[in-house]
Amino acid sequence: MSVLVYIEPIKDKIKKAAIESVSYASQVAQLLNTSVTAIAFNASEETIKEISNVGAEKVLNISDSAITTINIKSLAKGVIAAAKEENVNVIIFSFDGSGQSVAPYVASNLKAGLVAGATELPKVEGNKLEVRKNVFSGKASAIYSIESAFKIISVMPNSIEIASNPKSAEVVAFAPSTDLKDGVQLKNFKVNDDVAHGGVPLPDAELVVSGGRGLKGPENWGIVEDLAHALGAATACSRPVADADWRPHHEHVGQTGLAIRPNLYIAIGISGAIQHLAGVNGSKTIVVINNDPEAPFFKNADYGIVGDAFSVVPKLTEAIKKIKAN
Amino acid sequence: MKILVPISQVPDTTAKISFTDNDTTLNTAGVSFIINPYDEWYALVRALELKETGKAEKVTLIHIGPAANDATIRKGLAIGADDAVRVEGEGDSSFVAAQIADYAKNNGYDLILLGKESISYNSAAIGGLIAGDLEWDFVPLATKLEINGDAATLEQDADGGVSELEAKLPLVVSCAKGMAEQRIANMRGIMAARTKPLQVINAVGPDTKLTTIKSYQATPGRTSCLIIPEDNIDQLVDILHTKVRAF
Ligand SMILES: Cc1cc2nc3c(=O)[nH]c(=O)nc-3n(C[C@H](O)[C@H](O)[C@H](O)COP(=O)(O)OP(=O)(O)OC[C@H]3O[C@@H](n4cnc5c(N)ncnc54)[C@H](O)[C@@H]3O)c2cc1C
Repeated sequence: MSVLVYIEPIKDKIKKAAIESVSYASQVAQLLNTSVTAIAFNASEETIKEISNVGAEKVLNISDSAITTINIKSLAKGVIAAAKEENVNVIIFSFDGSGQSVAPYVASNLKAGLVAGATELPKVEGNKLEVRKNVFSGKASAIYSIESAFKIISVMPNSIEIASNPKSAEVVAFAPSTDLKDGVQLKNFKVNDDVAHGGVPLPDAELVVSGGRGLKGPENWGIVEDLAHALGAATACSRPVADADWRPHHEHVGQTGLAIRPNLYIAIGISGAIQHLAGVNGSKTIVVINNDPEAPFFKNADYGIVGDAFSVVPKLTEAIKKIKAN
Repeated sequence: MKILVPISQVPDTTAKISFTDNDTTLNTAGVSFIINPYDEWYALVRALELKETGKAEKVTLIHIGPAANDATIRKGLAIGADDAVRVEGEGDSSFVAAQIADYAKNNGYDLILLGKESISYNSAAIGGLIAGDLEWDFVPLATKLEINGDAATLEQDADGGVSELEAKLPLVVSCAKGMAEQRIANMRGIMAARTKPLQVINAVGPDTKLTTIKSYQATPGRTSCLIIPEDNIDQLVDILHTKVRAF
């Protein structure tokens, strides 16, 4: 009765969020005195090495190149087959694009209680698991009790420490007897312009530089991009900026955009409306640059500079470049 | 082709969130409620556009909750949905999804369009649960949807890009920003909504809860912001370098 952890089909390199979920599963397994089995799809040797370094003792690997991250039903069926094969009753996912969609499909089939986006390790309470997750877009958190026999937790990326726990994983080629096919087909993949130009994808970014209406227009985004580039950060924006098409929709963060929790969030010319804060207040450190000392964001930041973005930001970029060059 | 649009009711985005009864219940004093923005702005509006272009015959709202939520459902009717169903009952995500799946199956809906997550519980779980209950295909985080007969073409936000997908009905699609533009109900819509059918039905299925919420806690704010003078950028750079370890 091991703990099962889901590893999404990986295009290039395994993501930090996936390693976090394996480390989380390994810590849950310790609480329950058991071991960790991973269910993976088309996993490479490198992936297997990375996940065994953080506690996976067995890997059920489904080799089927027809299954990619778009095939939610196929992936769910694979996980369900693995859960039955291994007779598990706890399954861990990452609450990232893939895990957050596959987990409920699996939960439905197994009649499992699901906590989506856990931010801490669970507590064992008899037959139940209690675990905290954010609610009301980060304005609050709640402790959920999972009361069903089957239990599923997906882990909020960037919310737990990865603990090294090297194992030599046994790899099993897994071919479930059920038909895994589904009807969703990939016709094309368009790489976002910023990523095509070497930028960092926003959802996974550790460092984020974000701009608001204070930047006055899209033609001024150079200073935001230069700072992001100097730091190796992703770029983001407030809602009105995306609504006005100054920046693409996928950069919009906040209560009605993307919720992010990077290590560092630098907000430039953003007032700090409650809907904006809801998407970024999980960031570890917040730096605000705004020329209005009364901007609400200063009450929700760790560090602030009261000043004109057009003079402060280039100076900051230069200073960072100078240190990095040394 | 008929489209079912599940809507949830959430506190207004400006609401200050606090709790009562020993932190076990949301304090609703002074809180106004709205349709979850992802359900309203993206799922409902796209469903209406599909109807307006002749791709769908009917758009039905479904909501699981008490009679007090009828006002929220009427707002959805005012934006343009044809009719609505309210399932009397309350429960966790699995319960809610089971009601929607059951209704869709028994009433011949081919497409279920909903928001990518609710801004109250942020679990992004209902779409996958419904698809699992019905064993339908599921396309989450869609930003575009076209329908031709029983074929759907979609775009979906993915890591670092956009996937262009094809799928077949029946289908569950969760909608993200880009799918449609928010619509404001006009006076005619509001008047019409008063007399549109709102059917109330009883809940089906298990009353055993798979999960329960034990307690809530408001997120503590940041206590103090260190203001760094504009002419001392190096201090900020030093903090970013040595304390935050950003580089
Ligand atoms: C239902 C609903 C949902 C919403 N969801 C979101 C959401 O998800 N995300 C989101 O971001 N917003 C959201 N909003 C909008 C939100 O309420 C704010 O309107 C928005 O965040 C403001 O964007 P902003 O800070 O870029 O612009 P503004 O509020 O206009 O602020 C601009 C800031 O720039 C500063 N500034 C001006 N010039 C300079 C300069 N030269 N140098 C430095 N600073 C300067 C100003 O002092 C000001 O503080 C939502 C609103 C509603 C009603």
